[in-house]
Amino acid sequence: MSKESMLAAIRIALKDVPETETPKDTVVPRAYLTRLETSLEERLELFTERIEDYKVVVHRIKENEISANIEACLQARAAKTIVIPTDFPDTWLAQGFSFVQDENLSHQQLDESDGVITGCEVAVAQTGSIALAAGKYQGRRAISLLPDYHLCLVFASQVVDLVPEAFEKLEPSVKNRKPITFISGPSATSDIELNRVEGVHGPRTLEVLLIV
Amino acid sequence: MSVKLPMFEKTAPENVQNSQLRRNLGKVTGAIRVKRARVVDEMPDWEALRDAGYALKTKVLRNLDTYLLELETSVTRVGGKVHWAQSAQEANQIVTDLVKSHGATEVIKVKSMTTEETRLNDALAASGIKAIETDLAELIIKLANEESSHILVPAIHKNRSEIRELFIRTLGEPDLTDEPANLAGAARRYLRKKFLTVPVGISGANFAVAETGTIAVVESEGNGRMCTTLPKVLITMMGIEKIIPTWQDFEVFMQTLPRSSTAERMNPYNSFWTGVHEGDGPQEFHLVLVDNGRTEVLKDEIGRQTLNCIRCSACLNVCPVYERTGGHAYHSVYPGPIGAILTPQLIGIENASSLPYASSLCGACYEVCPVKINIPEVLVHLRGRAIKYKKDHGTLKDKLSPEHLGMQAVAKVFANQSRYESAQKLARMGQGVLAKEGYISSLPGYLSGWTAMRDLKTLPQESFRDWWRKREGQK
Ligand code: SF4
Repeated sequence: MSKESMLAAIRIALKDVPETETPKDTVVPRAYLTRLETSLEERLELFTERIEDYKVVVHRIKENEISANIEACLQARAAKTIVIPTDFPDTWLAQGFSFVQDENLSHQQLDESDGVITGCEVAVAQTGSIALAAGKYQGRRAISLLPDYHLCLVFASQVVDLVPEAFEKLEPSVKNRKPITFISGPSATSDIELNRVEGVHGPRTLEVLLIV
Repeated sequence: MSVKLPMFEKTAPENVQNSQLRRNLGKVTGAIRVKRARVVDEMPDWEALRDAGYALKTKVLRNLDTYLLELETSVTRVGGKVHWAQSAQEANQIVTDLVKSHGATEVIKVKSMTTEETRLNDALAASGIKAIETDLAELIIKLANEESSHILVPAIHKNRSEIRELFIRTLGEPDLTDEPANLAGAARRYLRKKFLTVPVGISGANFAVAETGTIAVVESEGNGRMCTTLPKVLITMMGIEKIIPTWQDFEVFMQTLPRSSTAERMNPYNSFWTGVHEGDGPQEFHLVLVDNGRTEVLKDEIGRQTLNCIRCSACLNVCPVYERTGGHAYHSVYPGPIGAILTPQLIGIENASSLPYASSLCGACYEVCPVKINIPEVLVHLRGRAIKYKKDHGTLKDKLSPEHLGMQAVAKVFANQSRYESAQKLARMGQGVLAKEGYISSLPGYLSGWTAMRDLKTLPQESFRDWWRKREGQK
């Protein structure tokens, strides 16, 4: 009932809009940037600089160094129990840790783990952001949310220059009804006298392996 | 449920006197202003993004019925359920019934202006349901039993030692220091338990995509991710104007919102969900579409642009009036310049007739607005409506009151103006006229009432009026 009366009220409110007008009649000027001419090196440099602005540590490594770097990162934090998505390759894992595949782990189990390792769908140089879309090596949303430490693998080919490119790349994920999370640094608040505090509810530490 | 608000000019001086508020506000608005300017200046295409944002919102508003139906179809297709609510009460009732149907006695909430507008928490409480606010600032305010004073940083009127005392008293954390990280840690421990156990989450929406049914929540702390990911049931309440046409359009708003709002290139977390995702997140999703006065705003061809607002709060941080008075003086969930134009339109000009005067028409708000709402234009337009209302409905006393004469003076001049070309021109005109009437020497419009009413002796060294004079003198 409310639906019909709300729609009716809207139509009355819009009586100045010609009845024949459709959304197409409002032209949206899109003169903003959607592409940049950059080299891969420039792009990766900007990405690194921008994500470091959020106090994220970035390690630039080669593909055959993934496992060694995972080991080093986890050791540095004395992390033991680490959650990984079910499709995470064994070959990247290191000895001496307890890796738990997310076979429907409870929120409690995720909360009690020391950290999580995921990949990402796309990363944005302009804003230093990474986006997860429940795609390859990304897992479901809760696994990158509850553990206090998030180690994220970003492949050089996944980095785009601009925000518009990222949304374009994510379009298939949305159309396939995947949830999407943009992460730009660890969680933060400025609610206490405008002092930025890293880490409120999400992972308090975000670390990136940039694979070139 | 329109309630007449206290007159802005009656309560603003009290707030101007509160020096903690002034210090905090000054610090916050000043710092955000500088940061925002920095991240906006690095964008070569900023103006193009504002133009696109304005056009997209205009497109949606002019075709709102079509887009709402498209959104309903999309959300339904992806497994969500859409509810329509004409009034705040109706929206609250829908949410309350949904919560009750799951037998829940607690819900976790991520900050949402719309649920504040409808006073959802009170409605839930009346049915024995406790709403747990999970934004740090909201938590502080809730625990202190107060109202928010800033859209973005609602607790800026509280300093760290006040927060420490509050947490010691209410969260049972006796060993807290007043280090911000320590205080945030206390909130993390308290809320983590709730996130893991409460079965129903409630959120607002920054955007809803008509084409795909995707909802977006933009935030910093991670509580938004918690509330929209962990509960079994998710209920989102949104104003009907929050629609954007397509997924691609995020490329505009996800650039302008973070930079205008928290003055960051990107805020820490943005969550986008498209209905129910199997095996990932809430398995039941409800979207409540709320009108609550918005069609009244839509009806007014000049006021309509107010609905472009993406609640970034950039206009608050540049507003000289807001900086001096703080948010509480606006007596509404929407403070600052946006509040001055939105509230009177939502609840009726007769209930908030002084709010359109809570501005100097300096035009700074228009300049920063990422969706190009011409706030000064709407303010002047609403002043005209307030005057007309008083003329038609006022008592003799109203008609003889100095405010009324002042308003009439404005009305007379603006009546001759068919179109207001620019905010700057308006500002000059408004001030000039009032000075000529000999009625106001320094403050435009209704604000002049301030000088007449309170004993000035108790004001801090620099009263609003002094400050204003000095400021004007410097120009
Ligand atoms: S009116 Fe404009 S500047 Fe103010 S909060 Fe809304 S979008 Fe932001």
